[in-house]
Amino acid sequence: MSELYARTVAELSQELRAGSVSSVELTRLFLARTQQYQSELNAFITISADSALEQAARADERLRAGTAGPLTGVPIAHKDIFCTRGEKTSCGSRMLANFISPYDATVVERLRAAGAVMIGKTNMDEFAMGSSNENSFFGPVRNPWDLTRVPGGSSGGSAAAVAARLVPAATGTDTGGSIRQPAALCGVTGIKPTYGRVSRYGMIAFASSLDQGGVLAIDAEDAALLLAAMAGFDQRDSTSVELPVPPLHATLEQPLKGVKIGLLKEFFDEGLDRGIEQCIQTGLSVLQAQGAVVREVSLPNLPLSVPTYYVVAPAECSSNLARFDGVRYGYRCEQPLDLLDLYQRTRSEGFGAEVKRRIMVGTYVLSAGYYDAYYLRAQRVRALISADFERAFHEVDVLLGPTTPTTAFELGAKTSDPVTMYLNDIYTIGANLAGLPAMSIPCGFVDGLPAGMQLIGPHFSEASLLNIAHRYQRETDWHLRLPSRFT
Amino acid sequence: MEWETVIGLEVHAQLATRSKIFSGSATAYGAAPNSQANLVDLAYPGVLPVLNGEAVRMAVKFGLAINARVARRSIFARKNYFYPDLPKGYQISQYELPLVAGGAVDIVLEDGSTRRIGVTRAHLEEDAGKSLHEGLAGLTGVDLNRAGTPLIEIVSEPHMRSAKEAVTYLKKIHTLVRYLGICDGNMQEGSFRCDANVSVRPRGADKFGTRTETKNLNSFRFAERAINYEIARQIELLESGGKVLQETRLYDADRGETRSMRSKEEANDYRYFPDPDLLPLEIDQMYIDAVAATLPELPDQKALRLMSEYALSGYDAGVLTASAELADYYEVVVRDLGGHAKLVAHTVTGDLASLLNREAVEIGDSRIRPAALARLLARVVDNTISGKIAKDVLEAMWQEGREADAIIEERGLRQISDDGALEQAIARVLVAHPGQLADYRAGKEKLFGFFVGQVMKATAGKANPARLNELLKQKLHA
Repeated sequence: MSELYARTVAELSQELRAGSVSSVELTRLFLARTQQYQSELNAFITISADSALEQAARADERLRAGTAGPLTGVPIAHKDIFCTRGEKTSCGSRMLANFISPYDATVVERLRAAGAVMIGKTNMDEFAMGSSNENSFFGPVRNPWDLTRVPGGSSGGSAAAVAARLVPAATGTDTGGSIRQPAALCGVTGIKPTYGRVSRYGMIAFASSLDQGGVLAIDAEDAALLLAAMAGFDQRDSTSVELPVPPLHATLEQPLKGVKIGLLKEFFDEGLDRGIEQCIQTGLSVLQAQGAVVREVSLPNLPLSVPTYYVVAPAECSSNLARFDGVRYGYRCEQPLDLLDLYQRTRSEGFGAEVKRRIMVGTYVLSAGYYDAYYLRAQRVRALISADFERAFHEVDVLLGPTTPTTAFELGAKTSDPVTMYLNDIYTIGANLAGLPAMSIPCGFVDGLPAGMQLIGPHFSEASLLNIAHRYQRETDWHLRLPSRFT
Repeated sequence: MEWETVIGLEVHAQLATRSKIFSGSATAYGAAPNSQANLVDLAYPGVLPVLNGEAVRMAVKFGLAINARVARRSIFARKNYFYPDLPKGYQISQYELPLVAGGAVDIVLEDGSTRRIGVTRAHLEEDAGKSLHEGLAGLTGVDLNRAGTPLIEIVSEPHMRSAKEAVTYLKKIHTLVRYLGICDGNMQEGSFRCDANVSVRPRGADKFGTRTETKNLNSFRFAERAINYEIARQIELLESGGKVLQETRLYDADRGETRSMRSKEEANDYRYFPDPDLLPLEIDQMYIDAVAATLPELPDQKALRLMSEYALSGYDAGVLTASAELADYYEVVVRDLGGHAKLVAHTVTGDLASLLNREAVEIGDSRIRPAALARLLARVVDNTISGKIAKDVLEAMWQEGREADAIIEERGLRQISDDGALEQAIARVLVAHPGQLADYRAGKEKLFGFFVGQVMKATAGKANPARLNELLKQKLHA
């Protein structure tokens, strides 16, 4: 059996319920690792040792009382985009560097109720805008597999924390790939559920029609455990869907015989790293060996995803971020001369460059005279992309392809060219535009860096994705590999 | 040149829901600043709007009352601009697909004719907060109690041709929303206010002139004055060779003038787009039917009924149906009195109305309840007192809160209908004014009124006027 810190949530849960370890002990262990590696990885913005130990003590009471659920006492971390009552919730921005949330996000509330112990808040690209975690006011996160490289973003802190086993699982959010891309680059399992599956209440909005909360974990089984606790209708979020969440854990073992997998033709383009392509092909054979049927599927409008996304997401962000004005909370500039000065300096000083770029693009595409040419047109293309997916799901059960075109790149390599940076999300954005559930699972290494395989399913097919991922992970151990520095 | 005025109004009516349109905060007026603003109203990071179904029901009710189309599917949109009283940096409103479109109301013009005023649309939106300046030296405070209060914005067609017509329309909408119970109509508290789009053009021209929008008119009087000011200003400008600028203007009630707030060039680009936090609002026919079943008798229907049931004039019926409470009051008095509909109408729209007006009290809060008024009028009907004395008794009833009969008895106000007493009084008056008597008899018949007045004076107004007239005529011509 591996070291305690390298165990999955499911394994730790068993140990806790068997009484072989207490939640306080586990929490101390993961807090110690988090603190030990913070200066190297910068995976956390806040480490909440005191409150974590209090939660752990309460979890131990529940464990003793026999009222514990599968997550009770298990340490986890939340991406710093989720509001946590009484704790700093910065969203990776100077704008909220002093913001103590007075309430819990629904996701936080539900995981708290399930007894999970939150040991801290993970680092992220500012307001979830970025693909490398270099846009954080609190400094970049480093990739545990190579400290000179990025962990991906925007949930880079969560991905790095799970990859280095600073926590066994963490929450994330995914607007254009922000769970799946860092999961791929850090070699962990990430799931972005169907839009509307997980409440967005208390999750600081970037692009409301695309944002979706999810999980970064060691494997699919853990992702299922956490997602089951987080998901479900919330009357505080009008876009959350009033559908029961099936028991995700119950269908993990279903055989894959006859499952129809569509290989996404458009993802195997000239931009794809040959090494990653090799990993995907090998991974595919693992699934075929279990009886899955593979065929190629084409989604002709999918290559329009990136330009479409970079109209829709900035448009929504330009409006969502208007509330950060220095009036009621968060950063306020010193000695404003008048109202306009208050707005201008607060926002100039409080937001980073990428956030400002997107606010400007978004303001532009919504402006009178440009709205039809950009925003409306993007929405029409978005509908075409959705229709492509819908057609594909008449033919296959799930779509498969790479998560990213390349493995983790060096820090600073793409910061000067936003478009190159944006192209990193070329394979992940489609699922957000169509509101589909998608996963990234580790499928090998290229030159010592993890590669991710992406699964995209029809709406509300989380259980099928988790089932396929789990059956794949039963036959492979890519997800169990750990960078030697952190063993 | 002869000018024609073209006016369209945008009325904002706060809906009388208990909680806000997108949050659970209370909407009561006058609470301590920010005591009715929760995290959603304050636009905290991560919070989301949830639509209040009651606000939708009220807006649909309005749509049905003006015979408009109620959209099966309408969309909430964000109107983006920065202001401290707008915490999110955008107002949630409806833009391309409003809930209500294509209705109309009929107004009665001064010449008695009816004009149909089209209502282009009525959409749901949230109110903003308020900036406070008083008692904060050099600072501006923000009170977000009002932020998120549900509104319907009712946009008329440019169908009005004078300030009077505009105010008549405004009053009609005011009456309607109160009948429907969807707005308290309190203009002082800002529950009901309007913006006026005004332009002028040479009579006969088919194109509209350039319009200005005058904001935040919160009384009927201000609306009329502001519009008239604006009409005069525009005509003067055009006649002196100038041009009207398309701009937003603000009415200064203290100075009685409008002044420029911002020009078209400075106007905000609101960057409307569908709010991704709210799903399209979808309602079905069953819902609409259910709301329709809750519609009360509407002012026009009620006025027609009063005209046919009580043989009232269109004017009286119009006045009495200005509010449902007034009409109810009227009908109770008629019922209690057992008829005499015109006398009741005369009293309610005359003496009682001026009392209420003087005391600034709504009919619903009248100190004189309908039953008490019916008992007073019963004394007029049975000739115990005259109509003139009834007015004094009404005043006393208001002041003292007592019954008509007690006041009449205590003050000896019973009318003198007894011929003997009246004849004595007349005789004394004729004796006392021999000159006038001679003049009258010489043909100066106007003096008849003089003698009536003298007898009334002598009897402290208690003489039965009808009987007095008859007897006086007999005596004068004797």
